[in-house]
Amino acid sequence: MRLKSLILGAACMAALSTPAFAQSLTAITGGRVLTGTSVIENGTVVIQNGRVVSVGTGVAPSGARIIDARGKVVAPGFVAVDSGLGGIEVSSVGGSDDLRNGANSISASFDVSYGLDPWSFTLPVARLGGITRAIVVPNHAGGGGGGHAHDDSDFAGVGHAGYQSPSLFAGQAAIIHLAQGTDILVKPRVAMVAPFGEAGAGIVGGARGAQFTQFKETLAEVRLYARNKGAYDRAGLRDLSLSRADLEALIPVANGSMPLIVTVRRAADIQQVLRLAREEGVRIILDGAEEGWLIADQIAAANVPVLLNPLANLPGNLETRAARLQNATVLDAAGVVIAIKGNEGSVHRARETRYNAGNAVSHGLPYEAAIEAITVNPARIFGMAGQFGELRAGAAADVVIWSGDPLEPLSNAETIFIGGAEQAPTSRQFLLRDRYRDGGEGALPPAYTR
Amino acid sequence: MRLHTMRGSSLAVLACAVAGSLALSACATTGDSGSGDGASTDDSDKRTLARGLDAATNPDPFPSTYRGLPRENMAIVGGTVFTGAGQKIENGVVIVTDGKVASVGDASTAVPAGYRVVDARGRFVTPGIIDVHSHLGVYPSPGVTGMSDGNEATSPNTAQVWAEHSLWPQDPGFNTARAGGVTTLQILPGSANLFGGRGVTVRNVPSVTMQGMKMPGAPYGVKMACGENPSRVYGGRNQSPATGMGNMAGYRAAFIAAQDYRAKWDKWREDGEGSPPTRNLQNETIAGVLDGSILVQNHCYRADEMAQMIDLSREFGFKITAFHHAVEAYKVAPLLAREGICADMWTGWWGFKMEALDAVEANAALVDAPAGSCAVIHSDDAELTQRLNQEAAAGLAAGRRMGMTISEERAISWITLNPARSLGIADQTGSLEAGKRADVVVWSANPFSVYARADQVFIDGALTFDRMNPAYQPVSDFELGQPGFGLSAATVPQGAR
Repeated sequence: MRLKSLILGAACMAALSTPAFAQSLTAITGGRVLTGTSVIENGTVVIQNGRVVSVGTGVAPSGARIIDARGKVVAPGFVAVDSGLGGIEVSSVGGSDDLRNGANSISASFDVSYGLDPWSFTLPVARLGGITRAIVVPNHAGGGGGGHAHDDSDFAGVGHAGYQSPSLFAGQAAIIHLAQGTDILVKPRVAMVAPFGEAGAGIVGGARGAQFTQFKETLAEVRLYARNKGAYDRAGLRDLSLSRADLEALIPVANGSMPLIVTVRRAADIQQVLRLAREEGVRIILDGAEEGWLIADQIAAANVPVLLNPLANLPGNLETRAARLQNATVLDAAGVVIAIKGNEGSVHRARETRYNAGNAVSHGLPYEAAIEAITVNPARIFGMAGQFGELRAGAAADVVIWSGDPLEPLSNAETIFIGGAEQAPTSRQFLLRDRYRDGGEGALPPAYTR
Repeated sequence: MRLHTMRGSSLAVLACAVAGSLALSACATTGDSGSGDGASTDDSDKRTLARGLDAATNPDPFPSTYRGLPRENMAIVGGTVFTGAGQKIENGVVIVTDGKVASVGDASTAVPAGYRVVDARGRFVTPGIIDVHSHLGVYPSPGVTGMSDGNEATSPNTAQVWAEHSLWPQDPGFNTARAGGVTTLQILPGSANLFGGRGVTVRNVPSVTMQGMKMPGAPYGVKMACGENPSRVYGGRNQSPATGMGNMAGYRAAFIAAQDYRAKWDKWREDGEGSPPTRNLQNETIAGVLDGSILVQNHCYRADEMAQMIDLSREFGFKITAFHHAVEAYKVAPLLAREGICADMWTGWWGFKMEALDAVEANAALVDAPAGSCAVIHSDDAELTQRLNQEAAAGLAAGRRMGMTISEERAISWITLNPARSLGIADQTGSLEAGKRADVVVWSANPFSVYARADQVFIDGALTFDRMNPAYQPVSDFELGQPGFGLSAATVPQGAR
């Protein structure tokens, strides 16, 4: 019952925050349709009122606006996971980074949804890469791949090596859409983030054993608090290590209703985390999991999904010595539900998500699985199956028409609908590009060109 | 300059020529001391200094020992050939003799008897990819304590350090880069400093020593850095430079010192009077910039800073070879083309700091447009270097999206011939043209496709990587016996990692 209302609530939230969706009936015809789970040649996708009405091979309904997609590929909008979209503007400018929390008394309760900026110039850029939704996470250590690791990159993204959250928990993730408008929030507080491995151990002094012990102790305190809120308020409960806000935020994690995104890389650490989740009754999502392929069967048996960057194939540190480009392939073959990440924390380079999926394909991942890993799987993993991330009746009309195979760099996103609203195919970068298209040496300075 | 091939007096003569302003007599006097033993017998002993005190006696103190891997004469036939120099040849033939490209032509090109035939039907053939901006070996994997050797961030001018002295040849990243078709790299110091030190250009072959990779005859480059990094690093220590103007003052002070140093040596070589100048490695490198023997590889994001650096080069009379991370190069594309300066760029990186804010994906396409341009796609990154072909593809797509007409045979030059120009090695490699080193990649598909894999990689005509043959998938010492070692990660031909 409670679960049902939770899902209903989520659906309402999604509908409410979909901005100014087009009411008009639109049919996209003749294209190669990737539904997210299947392929339809010469398909017809009908959308209205912000949602997909039908997907098939039928003729367009009368009165519909027809978009001719012959020779093109029609796909669901892609979903960026482990992303900083809307939460970071310029990585090195601390004041524009609302995903980096340094407060000690606000850790698990840190809620990124308050810092989201619908006017962020990162959003149109990602959109042109076919990204229409994102799971925005608080800044956290670990989860490598697609990053650059020297002096020009100390601050990029949400998952870089240099950063350490001050507590075991980095905070709570939110789902956004990338449509133009005044509100991008789809659903706040969809998951908790906690780094494990070297990064997590570093928080408690450096040793993994200390972190696991503290983690268990923390969950015990959360449960104690949850059973004794009255006593806590009367100061009749022993001192607890977390703030009240953090204790509250962790109750859904402790009772298994909110998933915990665990950033973890080494196979041995993944095994320990799987055991911990089982013992504590915590629902987890693995993030990073560079060495996951070594224990793919264990991850599959635990029914735990994985967010990964398939490009991560170098031993950036001693936790990732088994990193391989085939990680996605092996995990998928074992039956693990995977979502493929963009690069460098998936903010400015979220648009490269599709190339990452393509590279996974060139290293053995079936094409259909790669598409799933950037569409339906993220939706499934974050409890939004059927609501977005696929072209099927009832889902949000996040539809992108591509000039060709969307995983190819030479293909362009030509027409983009989010929640049924057609998006202007431009960005600040396009304006800059066009201003200098003729070399910038005209009679008037470029500043006179808009 | 093929210093490695010269011995004895010719070496010293060449060094004199490089130094530029030396009298012939001075050159002759050092002729016999090219081996550095100081045993001169003529009048000018007083100008023959103790070993190591005069750079001219041994201008190549860490010489290349690169010899190339075993090779055979071969013909790569049937593939679609991008020459790198602008041609596309369907069903092409590339003839390789003694490690050099002998000829490139269409299907009618005769294959000499006894040549191994590499069947490239249905596949693509390009020059080896050249990455002009790499930190492999100096910021290696694993990037853990004790292994971060890329940035001598102890003083804003460390022109005296040489990246080759930090280079760890066992970095697994060299192998993964090769599996992505990279045959030549410039390894640079980091960008914390105004002068970060000398870079080194290497052949991407497995080697126990740096010297075994060092590219014979490649000129040195010096890493200079504009912008946010130096002023952030030193300003953060309440030390100069803390600002853009501090950066510029720092460059100027360094060039003044180097001019002075150079003049003192010239004078001493000419008249032999008084004590010789004390050798100073910092000034020596910058003096090399002034005499044109060391190329300026200038990390510089912003267009306005590029224009300032060009004026600086005029003030002291040197040439800037390339701007790296040139995210705003498109704003001054005609200027760069007129000046003959390469712009080394990413396609997709942006927004990680203010000076990277205005990056556009069409940067390379826009820079490439004017006549005389030199557009280069680079990596600066151990992962991106594995996929420079895809980064070029994204740049090509961005140019086409804005209506530009750019062919694939043109765009391939962004990762082949133009980077060779950017490193001063275009006479040796970068294109499939007769006489050049046979650095060749055979791709499984069009390299502008995300699905293309480098099937075979040849360096100087020698097979160095083969995706289908584990015998040609080298692993570094570090990788031996590590977790996952020896396990096949999937039932697909995998190549490196």
